[in-house]
Amino acid sequence: MTTLTEPSARSTTMLELSPSPGAWMTVCEEARLTPGRGMAALLPDGRQAAVFRDRAGRTYAIDNRDPFTGAQVLARGLVGSADGRLFVASPLLKQRFDLETGRCLDDDEVAVAVYPVRTV
Amino acid sequence: MTAHTPTIVLVGHGMVGQRFLEALADRGVTERARIVVLCEEPRPAYDRVQLTSYFSGKTPDDLSMVEAGFMEKHGIELYVGDPAESVDREARTVTARSGQVFAYDSLVLATGSYPFVPPVPGKDARGCFVYRTIEDLLAIEDYAKTATTGAVVGGGLLGLEAAGALKGLGLDTHVVEFAPRLMPVQVDEGGGAALLRTIEKMGLTVHTGTGTQEVVTTDGAVTGMKLSDGSELATDMVVFSAGVRPRDQLARDCGLTVGERGGIAVDELCRTSDPAVFAIGECALASDGRVYGLVAPGYEMAQTAASAIADETVDGFTGADMSTKLKLLGVDVASFGDAHGTAEGCLDVVYSDSRSGVYKKLVISGDGVLLGGVLVGDAEQYGLLRPLTGSVPPVSPEQLVLPAGAGAPVALGPSALPDDAVICSCHNVTKHAIGQCESLAEVKKCTKAGTGCGSCVKVIEKLLPAAKDKGLCGCFSYTRSELYEIARTLRVTSFAALLDSHGRDGAKGGEGCEVCKPTVGSILASLNNGYILDGEQASLQDTNDHFLANMQRNGSYSVVPRIPGGEITPEKLIVIGEVARDFGLYTKITGGQRIDLFGARVDQLPSIWTRLVDAGFESGHAYGKSLRTVKSCVGQTWCRYGVQDSVKMAIQLELRYRGLRAPHKLKSAVSGCARECAEAQSKDFGIIATANGWNLYVGGNGGATPRHADLLAQDLSDAELVRLIDRFLMFYIRTADRLERTSTWLERLEGGLDHLKDVVVHDSLGLCDELEALMAAHVEDYQDEWAQTLDDPDRLRRFVSFVNAPDAPDPSVRFVPERDQIKPDLTILTLGPTISTLEGASS
Repeated sequence: MTTLTEPSARSTTMLELSPSPGAWMTVCEEARLTPGRGMAALLPDGRQAAVFRDRAGRTYAIDNRDPFTGAQVLARGLVGSADGRLFVASPLLKQRFDLETGRCLDDDEVAVAVYPVRTV
Repeated sequence: MTAHTPTIVLVGHGMVGQRFLEALADRGVTERARIVVLCEEPRPAYDRVQLTSYFSGKTPDDLSMVEAGFMEKHGIELYVGDPAESVDREARTVTARSGQVFAYDSLVLATGSYPFVPPVPGKDARGCFVYRTIEDLLAIEDYAKTATTGAVVGGGLLGLEAAGALKGLGLDTHVVEFAPRLMPVQVDEGGGAALLRTIEKMGLTVHTGTGTQEVVTTDGAVTGMKLSDGSELATDMVVFSAGVRPRDQLARDCGLTVGERGGIAVDELCRTSDPAVFAIGECALASDGRVYGLVAPGYEMAQTAASAIADETVDGFTGADMSTKLKLLGVDVASFGDAHGTAEGCLDVVYSDSRSGVYKKLVISGDGVLLGGVLVGDAEQYGLLRPLTGSVPPVSPEQLVLPAGAGAPVALGPSALPDDAVICSCHNVTKHAIGQCESLAEVKKCTKAGTGCGSCVKVIEKLLPAAKDKGLCGCFSYTRSELYEIARTLRVTSFAALLDSHGRDGAKGGEGCEVCKPTVGSILASLNNGYILDGEQASLQDTNDHFLANMQRNGSYSVVPRIPGGEITPEKLIVIGEVARDFGLYTKITGGQRIDLFGARVDQLPSIWTRLVDAGFESGHAYGKSLRTVKSCVGQTWCRYGVQDSVKMAIQLELRYRGLRAPHKLKSAVSGCARECAEAQSKDFGIIATANGWNLYVGGNGGATPRHADLLAQDLSDAELVRLIDRFLMFYIRTADRLERTSTWLERLEGGLDHLKDVVVHDSLGLCDELEALMAAHVEDYQDEWAQTLDDPDRLRRFVSFVNAPDAPDPSVRFVPERDQIKPDLTILTLGPTISTLEGASS
C-alpha cells in the first residue's frame, strides 16, 4: 500500500510564499507550475507575485509588476538561465530579472521584490 | 597673376568614364584641376553590364554608377545630353553640340562603342532595334507590347542578354547566330552545345550557323527575316546584337591615328598619337593591338590614364585577360585564360553532363600549369580557378572539374591561392590586399574588390578572418537554420534534449533563454506540427503564443479571428460585433482585412473564443510567427478589370498555410489583375492574376524597410502556384535565421533570386519532394488552436489571472473611455496598484 500512497502524497506538494516576514500563504499545488514558466498569485494586500519553477524543480517568487511598463505581467515571461543565474524576461519589452535577487540584468538601477518560497 | 588651373575634359560618361573620374579623385587631381565631362546620353553613367536587370524590376536609378553627391563633392562639371561634336587639337578645344567650347590641357576620350548592324536590306525598318542603352531598352519594351515574336541577331554575350530580355517581355524568342555555336568568342564547341541545350529547354529557338540575309517588311514594319540557309522566320521585331565597334569618329575627324579595323590607337599609358589626348575603354585600340569589349580592362585603362595625368609612375596597360563570368538566361557561363587551348602542346580535362547542362573544360600545359578554361552551367569554381591560372593547381585537374559530391572531396579553398593571385579582376585586387581588411564592407571600401561584377565576393568572404560568433544566443553556437537541420536530421523533439546535446558548454543542462526557447519552439512546431502548448512546448512559447492572443501594453490581450481573404458574411460580422460589445472590447479594422478586438483579460479569452468558435471562427494566429492573412481584392467576380477570382485563391491559400510556424510572420495577398489593388508586391508571397494564370512574387515587405517583391514565376496554373508556394515557404522555414523576414532572407541568400529559382523551380538541390511532403503534413495535421484549447480542461486551467484565485479578475487591467470605445487606463500602471518595492517585501 505504501507504494500507492507515496506518489499521491508527493503529488499534493504545495507551494507556499511569504508575503511578509514570518507569514506564509499557500499559492497552489507545486505541480500546477510548468517548468520554465510562471503563474501570477494575488497577495492578501492586493500586490501580485510571479511564481516560477525551473527544470530542476526549484521554485522562485518575485513581484509580478514589470517596473518598466507598470503592467502586472512578469509571471507571463519566459524563464532562462545565463551564467548559471535564473531569470525571467518581461513579455513586454524583454528586460530580464534575476529570479533569486530581483535585480534587473539589463539595468543596474532597477530591481523588483523577491518573496521567499517553500514547498510543503 | 594666378597660377594656371589645368582643365581635363572627359568625353563620354559610361562605366569607364566614371571609373576614370573616381581615379582622378583618388589621386587628388580633382582638387587642383577643372574637370569637364560631356555625356551624350540623357543620364549619368550607369551599369551597362546589368542592363537586363532593368527587366527584373531595377529602375534606371538603381543602375546608376555615380554615388549621390560625387560630382558636387569633387567640383566636376557634368553636361548630360551634350556630346562632343569636334576637337581642335591645335587650339586644344572641344566643341559640344550645345555650342559650348571648352579649352583643355588633357583630353580623355571614353566614347565606348556602338552596336554593329549588318548591312542587310530592311535593317532600318520599324521594329528593328539595337541593345546598348537604357533608351534602347525602353524602346524595345514599348514595341514589344504589340509584338508576339522577337528575333535576336547574334548569339554572343550581348545577344543572349537581349534574348533573355525579349523572353522576359513574354515574346516567342529566336536567336540567330552566324557561327556554328553560341558564344563563339568565350566558349568552345562542347560549352556551346551545353549552353544550347539549356537555352532550348527554356523555350527559346536557336538557329546557329546561319546569317541574316534580309529583314522582311510590310508597310515599313518588320514582319520576318530571310536567313542565309534559305529559311524564313516570321517575327514582329529584330534586335541586332552582333557585336560592337569602337566609336572613333571624333578621333578620326581630328586626325588621331586609328587602327585599320577601328579603335583609337594608344600606347601603354593610354596616350593617343597626340600626347595631350588619351583614349580609354572600348573605343581604344590597346598597345597589344586589341580592342577590349569588357569592363575590367576598361577600368584598368581608366586607372592608367588617371595615373599618367597625375604624373604618377604606372606600369602601363599592356593588355588584359578576357576572363568573364556571366549569368545568361539564368545559366552560368565563365571562361578564363586560354579558354580555347591555343597554346602549343596544351591538354584538356573535360567534364560534361548533358542531362544537367553542365560542361567544364580546363586547359593544362604539358607540365601541369593551368592555362585557362570554360565553365557552363556551373561556374561555382570560377572565383578560385581564375586566380590559379598560370600556376600548377594544388590538386589534380580532374578533381577541379568533378561536381561536388563526386569522387574524393576537394580540399581546395581560397587559402591555397598564392598571395599575388588576383581575386577581383574587375578592380585588379590581390589576395594580399584583401588580407589587410577585416570585413567585406572594409574590403569593398578600401580596395573596391567585389563591387564590379561581384563574382569574387564568395572567395573574399572565405579569405576574411573567421566571422564573429554567428550563434543564435548565449545558449547555442548554431544559427537557427543549423538548429533546424539538427532537429530535423536527428529527429530531436524536445528543447531540453537539443540544449543538452547541442548547447554551448556552459548552457547545457540550463534553462535556455528568451531567444532560443521560442526559436526552437517554432522549429519543433514546424517539424512536428502538434498543438504548441502541450508538455515542454508550453514552456517555450512567448506569452503571445502561450495564450494564443497578443499582449498589449497594460497586460490585456487582443483577439483576432481568422477571416480568410477578408471575405465575411453579415452574420459572422454581427457575431464579432456582439462579442466585442458583450466583453467591452475596443474594435479596430486591421491592415490585413480583418478585425482586432482589444482589451481582453487572460481569464476572458476562453469565453470569447467559445462564442467565436461556435459561430464558425477560428484563431487568426495574429500572435504567432506564422501566416497572418492573405489579403485580396474583389477580383473577377465583381470587378470589371479582374481576370481571375482573387478572393477564391486568397481563401484557398490562407486555409492551406494557416498555423504554419515560421522564423517570422508571413503575409500574403492576391490581386485579380495587374492593377494590384491587394498590394501583393509588398508581401512575403504575393500573387497577381494574369490572363493565363498567376504570377508569383516573393520577398516583398512593407513596414520600416519596404521592399518590392521579386517575380519568381509567371503564368502558373492553380496547382503550379500552390506547389511553388509550398516549396518556397518550406525552403524559407528551413534556411532563414530567427526573426528574418523573407525579404531580408532573400537579400542574404547566397545567389539571391536566381539561387532561389534554381532550388524551388528547377529543383537543383533535389529538395522539392521533401519540401512538398513537409507542407502536405502541415496541411493534413492542422487544427484550430482555440478549439483544441477549449476542448481540454487541463489546457484551460492556465487561463486565469491568478493561480491562487482563479475567479478573481486582475484589478490592474482597467480601461477608460475614448471616442465611444475604451483604452487602457495607464494611470493605474504608472502609480502601481500597490507599493511594490524591495522595502515593501520586507516590511
